[in-house]
Parts: sequence; C-alpha cells; structure tokens
Amino acid sequence: MQNHSMPQTAGSAHPGMMSRHKRCRELWLSLATAGPGVFWLVFFLLVPFGLIAVISFLSRGPHGEIGLPWTLENYLRFCGFGLLGYDPLFPLILFRSLMLGAVTVLFCVGLGFPLAFFIAGLDGRHRNLALTLVIIPLWTNLLIRTYAWQILLAHDGWLSALAAFLGLISPGEALYPGWTAVTLGMVCDFLPFLVLPLYASVEKLDWNLVEAAMDLGASGAQVFRHAILPQVMPGLLAGVLLVFIPAVGQFVVPDLLGGAKILLLGNAIQLEFGSSNDWPFGSAITLLAMGLVMTGLWFYARMMGRRQEVGIL
Amino acid sequence: MRGELRKDEERPGESRASDPAWAIELERVARRFGEVSALDQVSLAVRSGEFFSLLGPSGCGKTTLLRLIAGLDLPDAGSVWIGGRDMARIPPHRRPVNTVFQSYALFPHLDVWHNIAFGLRMKGVPRAEQAERVGRIMEMVQVSNLARRKPHQLSGGQRQRVALARAIVNEPQVLLLDEPLGALDLKLRQQLQSELHDLQKRLGITFLYVTHDQDEALSMSDRIAVMNHGHIVQVGDSESIYESPRTRFVAQFLGSCNLIDGTIDGREGEAIVVRTAVGPLRLTSHPAASPPVPGQRCTLAVRPEKVSLAPRNGHLAANTLHAVVRDQVYSGAETQYLLSAADWSFRVCALNAGLNGRKYPPGSPVSALLPPESLIVLED
Repeated sequence: MQNHSMPQTAGSAHPGMMSRHKRCRELWLSLATAGPGVFWLVFFLLVPFGLIAVISFLSRGPHGEIGLPWTLENYLRFCGFGLLGYDPLFPLILFRSLMLGAVTVLFCVGLGFPLAFFIAGLDGRHRNLALTLVIIPLWTNLLIRTYAWQILLAHDGWLSALAAFLGLISPGEALYPGWTAVTLGMVCDFLPFLVLPLYASVEKLDWNLVEAAMDLGASGAQVFRHAILPQVMPGLLAGVLLVFIPAVGQFVVPDLLGGAKILLLGNAIQLEFGSSNDWPFGSAITLLAMGLVMTGLWFYARMMGRRQEVGIL
Repeated sequence: MRGELRKDEERPGESRASDPAWAIELERVARRFGEVSALDQVSLAVRSGEFFSLLGPSGCGKTTLLRLIAGLDLPDAGSVWIGGRDMARIPPHRRPVNTVFQSYALFPHLDVWHNIAFGLRMKGVPRAEQAERVGRIMEMVQVSNLARRKPHQLSGGQRQRVALARAIVNEPQVLLLDEPLGALDLKLRQQLQSELHDLQKRLGITFLYVTHDQDEALSMSDRIAVMNHGHIVQVGDSESIYESPRTRFVAQFLGSCNLIDGTIDGREGEAIVVRTAVGPLRLTSHPAASPPVPGQRCTLAVRPEKVSLAPRNGHLAANTLHAVVRDQVYSGAETQYLLSAADWSFRVCALNAGLNGRKYPPGSPVSALLPPESLIVLED
C-alpha cells in the first residue's frame, strides 16, 4: 500500500490504533454524560426488579425468611390454587383493581375530553389560567387532599346533604366511606394526567380536516369519529396510560375513602411485604400484576393506534 | 332527471323561482369579522354548468364567500341558494356542494383510496359502488397507482389531484375550489389548469373557482367576478372584463394598464374628446351608464399591447403622441417599452414578429398611436 502518497491515508496507516483511541474517547464521553442515569436505572430499578423476579420463585420459611427450594407455588396461590382448594380471593383483588383503573379512566376521559377542548378554545391568557387551575391540585399533598374529601363527603357534610336531597342516597347516610368517595377521589387525583396530554393534542388539532369532513358529508358524530379522534389519539392514548397504570396500583385513596374494607392489588402487595412478611408471595403478585397490565396495554395500544402512527409502546 | 328529483324533495314554501338555470344565487350576503366587513351586500348568480371564477387580491372576501356557500360559515345577513333551495338551515354535510381546499386538507391517517372514498363512506354508499366510483375517479385524475400511499408520501401535484378526486367523486351540484393550484410551481399549475378546464367540461359540474391569479381566471373561466374589499366590482366573461374594465381597480388588477387623468371636452362626431396632459385624445367607447358631461373629470385607460409605435415623422396625427423610449425589456415573444410623453410615462408591449421587426433602443424618439377604440373611460 502507498500509505504516504495521500493525505487521508495518514490515519489508516494504523487504523486499529486510531479508531481505538476514538472509540475510547467516545466511550468516556458517553459514560460521563449518560453514566449517572444508567447507574440510577441499573441499581435502583433493574437490580431490585431482578431480585424480585428471583425471590418470586423462592419459598418462605416459617419465620418469613427467604430460601430454597425453587417453586411456582407463589404464582399458583395468586391464581387461586391454595392449600385449601380453589379460592378466588386474589384473582378477585386483581379484577377489582383493574376495574378501579378502568372506572377512573372512563370518568377521566368523559370529563377530560370536554375540558381539553374548552381550554384549547380559550384565548391565551385565560388558557394559561385554566391550565394552572387544572394543575393546582397536584401541588397539594395527596394525603391532605384525600383527608379533605373525607370531611367533605362525611355524613354531616353538605355534599352528602345535597345527595340526600336529590334522592341519590337516603337521609342520614354518607357518601364517605364507599365507592362514590373512592371514585370521586381517584378521578380528581388523576384528571390532570389525562387532561394535559389530551390538551396538547387538541391544541394542535387541524380544523381544516374537521371542515373537510363536514364538507364531505360527515355528521357531527362522524366528524368526531373520523376527523377529530384520529388526530387526538396520541394524546388520548398517553393520557389513558398515565391514568390507568398508577390507578391500578393505587391503594392510599381507596383505603382512606373506601373505609379500609376493600383489598386491592396495592394493599395486597403492601401487606405481603409488610405485616405478613411473605416476600416471595408479594414478589409474585407484583410480577403477575405488572405482566398482566403491560400485556393488556400492549394489545390496547395496537388496537387503538396502529402503532407506527401513535408512537407509544 | 336530477332537477325533477329535487323538485319532489322540495316543499312548496322552500322553492323560489326554482329556475334550474341558476346553480348558486346569493342575495345581499353580508359577513363581518369584528370591525372588518369581509363581505358587504354581495349578490351573485352562477349558472348551472358554468366555470365561474371569483378573482381578487388576498383579503377581498372571496374565500369567505366560498365558505358561506359551503356552509362552513354563516352569513350575518342575506341568503344563499343552491340549486333553487334556500341553504339557511342546511348544515354543511347536507349541502349539495363539495370543496377543494387551498391546503388540500387530506386526512393524514388515511391512504389515497380511503381519502377519496371518505364522502361515499359517510353517506353509506354500498361498498361495491364505492370501489367502482373511487376506481373510476382515480383513473380520471390519474392517481390509480397511488391508492395505498399516505398523503405525506405524495408530491404537491399528486395531493392536488387526490383532493380534487375526493370532492368530485361525490358528484356535487357545485364544486367549490379555493385557490387549488396556489401552492404549485408554474409548469405544473399550467398543466393542471387545462386538466381542470377539460374535467369541468366533461363532468358538466358547476365550478366556482377562487383565485388571485388573473391569468388563471382569464384562461379557464366562462365568467369572472372581480372582487375587492368585500364587494363584487364587475362580473362578465374573460373578454369583457379584460377589454372593458369598469373601474381603475379592475383595469389594474387584470393585466397591466396605462392610466391618464383627463377632462371631458365634448363630442366631435361619434367620438368623445378628452383633454389630457398629453393633448386631446379621442375615444369611441364610453360606458353607457354615464353619458359624457363636458367638464367632468375622468380617468382613461389603455392596454400596453393596444398602443402601436412608429418612427417619428414631423406630422402629428390624431391620438398620436410624440414620445421617447426610456427603457426596453426583451422577453422572448414580446418587447416591453417604457416611454414618456410630456409628463406621462406609459408602457407599450410589442410582439416580436420577426428578426426584421423594428426595434426602438432607449433614447429613440417615436410616435405612439393610441387607437380611439382602445381608450376606456373608468368609473372612479
């Protein structure tokens, strides 16, 4: 080879050396910038997650210690196959949690859609005000908000009186504790997470397409279905995920507003890692619930979004 | 056939003159946006099967007019009739019109085929018929090979064709086109102009075409309405609009025009004599609406291509000016001259008939003839 004849071959005289140098430099740069984040993810997410995955296949000793042998018993128990024959306690807990998530999402979508369009229709100043009002509840501690609901919905509160007056409950009854209170608390907590991404989509809505649809003979409902929904789908999908996933695992609000009588996934996991001291079983619940929710959402995203357009999951 | 069908649908009270010759009638339509009057008492009638253009500068209200007809906006006053029916209470999706939008407004999540089929789907046309009609229209506008493409994978010209197909597949009584060629380059625009024109003749659908491009309007339209500041200034066929503009605005908006102020002096046989800065000018045509009153001030207009130049000789005939060439611009088929006579500078456009045609370099003295029949009196 005539390495010296051309300037650009100066480097390729020792190609391995040069590129190794370069690669080293790039590695260092990547480590310095992405390193802390990667470290955080590895040590505080991946490692604990791996441990939980391993523990879920181990057995609990008589005093709560984790040990061999390997077993699938924790998973079978969650599915209902216990020592005393079939008992659907845990499948029911899972079902209840999923329902809570679904109901929360449903109400949030029902309220959030009109709200997002209303805010997007405001002029600049009022729009910022409205957005701030949507976000303000998030600045208050969740526990304080929840306790506030307890007071507002108690049997001597005016909301209960109003409900009784309207004939929704019998006089002397209260809205709290019960499902009404739980739903109300959940929807208020999670509404901003649906409204904000949805609003971002609605704000970018191309109204020309809406007019085109009307012009081509689409009635009101058809315009919504064929011209508006496809456009706001990314925001809606993001909002639904942001509400559904934490809502399924939520246990503070149902506990405080439901009167601590309803067992949900969150409570069950907390119980197994806490007072029951059964880490293998707690880990199994965690993994199964997560797996189920993730698979469900994956199908949901595929169905709703024809993935390449939505770009989530 | 179609007319009879519609008559059956109409209740007696709704039907007016029910003259099927008019596709669109507007009666003193007004629309304001805050303090701005976008349309001021506009009345207009478009014949069935006509290629009708609304021509005017941006902001003149032509797009607003189109939206009122489509039902995408409602007039503050006045009424809109389509095919002899009052549209006051008819929502856009039930009007017998379709629009080709300036931005095309193709649905980005649907492919070409589904974009075109959209209107048929909304109306619940059976699938087999949908496929047949969409296929036929796609062939007609030459997009058959693009059926599965999404709008973002199309070129500007292709999008335009799809937008057109999406509208005409519904077989509307009137097709509304809002500057459909505005975003395309010149070559493509000219090609699509002639295709649009042919298509309109073939389908027989009434076209209401909004444009700010005077060449486009002149070459495609059966009739043109020139608009300015929310008013319709003049309606007529291409030739009458170009040859006898009524106002200064129309004269200058369509093509270029030389203007000169003058005072009416009197009659001289058939001709009217107007005193101007370059001497008395005789003209034969005058708007019938306002008979000439001696002493009245007026503006005269003459098109640059109507003026003929000749080498100057001593003799000064009637309507001939002694002028000097200030500048010339050669542009292939023709040469543009900028001339001045007294204080008046004006343009002349001469065809380059051949190599032996006469040339007048800057500085040459010439005599310019302004033929009496080509001088137009404008209303102010």
